[in-house]
Amino acid sequence: MTPALELRGVSQHFGSLRALDGVSFSVASGSRHAVIGPNGAGKSTLFALVAGARPATAGRVIVDGQDVTDLAEHRRVHAGVVRTFQHSSLFLKCTALENVLLAAQRKAGLSWSMLRPLRRRSPLLEEANDLLERVDLQDRSAEAAGSLSHGERRQLELAVALACRPRLLLLDEPAAGLSPRETGRLGQVVRQLPDDVTVMLVEHDLDLVFDLADTVTVLHLGEHLVTGTPSEVRASDEVQTAYLGAGDSSDLFLEGAP
Amino acid sequence: MRRLAGVGLLVLLLALPWMINPYAISTVTRILVIGLLAISVNLLTGVTGLPTLGQSAYFGIGAYTGAIVSTTLTDVGPVQMLIAAVAATVAAAVTGPVAMRARGVSFLMITLAIGEIAYVAARRLDITHGTDGYAGIPPVVPLPGLPALRLEGLVYYYVLGGFLLVFALVMLLLRSPFGLALRGLRDNESRLRAVGYPTSRFGVAIYCIAGGIAGVAGSLWTSAQQFVAPGDMGFSVAALALLAVVIGGLGSMWGSVVGAGLVVLTQDYIGGYLAGYGTLLLGILFVLVVYLLPRGIAGLSLPKKVGA
Amino acid sequence: MLGWFDANVVSMIDGVAYGLLLFTLAVGLSLIFGMMDVLNLAHGTLYLIGAYAAYALSDGSWLGLLLALVVGVLVGVAGGGVLAALTQPLAQRGHLDQALLTLGIAFIASDIFSKIFGSEVLPISVPSQVAGSVTVFGQVYPVYRLLFIAIAGGLALMVYLLFERSSLGALVRATVADRDMVRASGVDTRVVMFGVFAFGAALAALGGVLGAPILAPGPSVDETVLVLSLVVIVVGGLGSVTGALLGALLIGQVQTLGVALMPVYAPFLIFGAMLLVLAWRPQGLVSLVGRS
Repeated sequence: MTPALELRGVSQHFGSLRALDGVSFSVASGSRHAVIGPNGAGKSTLFALVAGARPATAGRVIVDGQDVTDLAEHRRVHAGVVRTFQHSSLFLKCTALENVLLAAQRKAGLSWSMLRPLRRRSPLLEEANDLLERVDLQDRSAEAAGSLSHGERRQLELAVALACRPRLLLLDEPAAGLSPRETGRLGQVVRQLPDDVTVMLVEHDLDLVFDLADTVTVLHLGEHLVTGTPSEVRASDEVQTAYLGAGDSSDLFLEGAP
Repeated sequence: MRRLAGVGLLVLLLALPWMINPYAISTVTRILVIGLLAISVNLLTGVTGLPTLGQSAYFGIGAYTGAIVSTTLTDVGPVQMLIAAVAATVAAAVTGPVAMRARGVSFLMITLAIGEIAYVAARRLDITHGTDGYAGIPPVVPLPGLPALRLEGLVYYYVLGGFLLVFALVMLLLRSPFGLALRGLRDNESRLRAVGYPTSRFGVAIYCIAGGIAGVAGSLWTSAQQFVAPGDMGFSVAALALLAVVIGGLGSMWGSVVGAGLVVLTQDYIGGYLAGYGTLLLGILFVLVVYLLPRGIAGLSLPKKVGA
Repeated sequence: MLGWFDANVVSMIDGVAYGLLLFTLAVGLSLIFGMMDVLNLAHGTLYLIGAYAAYALSDGSWLGLLLALVVGVLVGVAGGGVLAALTQPLAQRGHLDQALLTLGIAFIASDIFSKIFGSEVLPISVPSQVAGSVTVFGQVYPVYRLLFIAIAGGLALMVYLLFERSSLGALVRATVADRDMVRASGVDTRVVMFGVFAFGAALAALGGVLGAPILAPGPSVDETVLVLSLVVIVVGGLGSVTGALLGALLIGQVQTLGVALMPVYAPFLIFGAMLLVLAWRPQGLVSLVGRS
């Protein structure tokens, strides 16, 4: 089966700084794949390269067997690569519903439609309302995104991403700043996603990672360290060394570790 | 309630020629034209977040195109309007991609330069009759077969017709998916790109549409004045249109028209009492608006949103 | 090629003079934007202050010119201070409000100028020793313009050394790049900012006094120099002294050579130059702001 994402020797250099250096691994179709690593490991850079927000210095990015390395960001969205942002990035003066509609109307091919009012496009509105319900925001749909709480913005962020009908969904630290209850709700939404959606997430909350992920990739200082099942990764000596710098790492994967 | 107010306003606009004198009617005609220009500025500045001081260029192109068509091709107004709109849209399609290389203040600077260049060109080219201005424009014929309009009140109806048509189309545009995309572009361009929009293309598209609207306004100006001079597309025209937008409130189309009304009335009436102090007065108006009306007249009633 | 050069050498020297004139304006405009985040659309007014001072005080003697320089620069600095104080409260409100405010001030000033000085373009007398002409490359050329090129060139060099090579300049450039970081390191950025605003204003007024015999004061001259300076910094890159100099010299050449070679289409050449530079480098030739 073709992997949902395949990275071949992907690098990103900023002058002499090597944010990513020759990273290669695959993400199986339909998997829940986590990318972890200490700060500065290159996780966010990796996401930017996969989403196409930044051109790679070297290497190829292959999505569903199609080489997308040279595609602009908005074209990759059409190829099914959709991401959320580490810091909520929304349309703050638009309502929550409009935020979702912006993504949904693009996917529906209606974004150039200039004359027929949005409010008369019931299938589109229905879809957007369904998505808001899925992330528990149905009561806040008429609020401006700028007046939502931090947790609500993360939820909305997810709804916007889902409205793009992703085949490969990139979640950049989705649980950052969320309460345990909100994190639980987030895990639930991700688990309920259909199997044909591949999810790749960067996350510091290792509880959430080992709860959700079936595969884990560890990055360290811009290099690929290991990819494996959660238990393989837990057992890897290399990972323990990378995280703590040296030998003893008994508390690395304890429950509740940040 | 909203609909009722709209109908009332429409009736008032239609009854105006019977209520006020011809000089006052010609002022209202000018308010409608400058109002359309302000709407075109507002589509860019208020709705899409691209501050512009260059719409006077497309206004001027529309005005001169209207003048040329009326003297060489036909005196039928809608034909002039259409050709003027096309000419201004084409000019915007050529210049827009350059302006869209930049955002924010740089965008403002580039559009200002475009406006100034068009103004200087109008003074130098033969086709515009240079600094003398373009005279000898025949009275406008509203539809083929109808007589030419010579009375101020009738010209007003012609301009009102063009105004209402464009205003209605703009209202539809703002409520459409495209209109929402424009607001998304203003709020967060990089996010809009990340949900799959080619954002620069949307920017150029609205730049062309706004240019076309400014062109229609220019053609109406020509029909109403029967004379076009480079001064009609000068820097102060662009500045006045931007002022009207800020007075009316960014993003509010009716606010822009009210703002245009205030600006034109200030210029015409108060400027008339204090002859020769028009520029001074406008300068003071600019300063007052910035300090006293930070969100414009429409600041308290923001545009209605989908799902609200 | 040589024939073409001979025919156009005067235009090219004029272009250098014009470019340096634009530099005195553009560099202040650019730094004020880079430092204070203020778009000063009243910058052309500062040029007019200097130029009208030259008209009022310059009587064909060196003393008159010197007097005009002192008065012009002092009034210019005062004007810059007023503009800085007026725009300061709008710092949080975005560029549009600043643009409108400074535009309003420019309108008010231009009305006052036309009440005092009338609506004609006024001739400016230069000191009699430099009022004549000399022969340059076989062409007759006004001495004053050569003197202007020398003085303005020296000025440009001084500004360049001050901002790109001195530690004061390093502080200014650091403030352009990251205001909060500079503030955190204990420098009162407000002093730096007012200083730059006053400096930029003084330079524009100085350009006005010295440039008045080349570009004489009159209505809408403020607008002309403002627009050209804006083009210069769009082309050169916001917030950079080197960029302003490169842009100014380029636009000076385009303007004078363009008028000499194809007078009717000269305005389109300015646009064309801007188009080419932006297509090549959207941030301008040299960019500090947004370089990261």
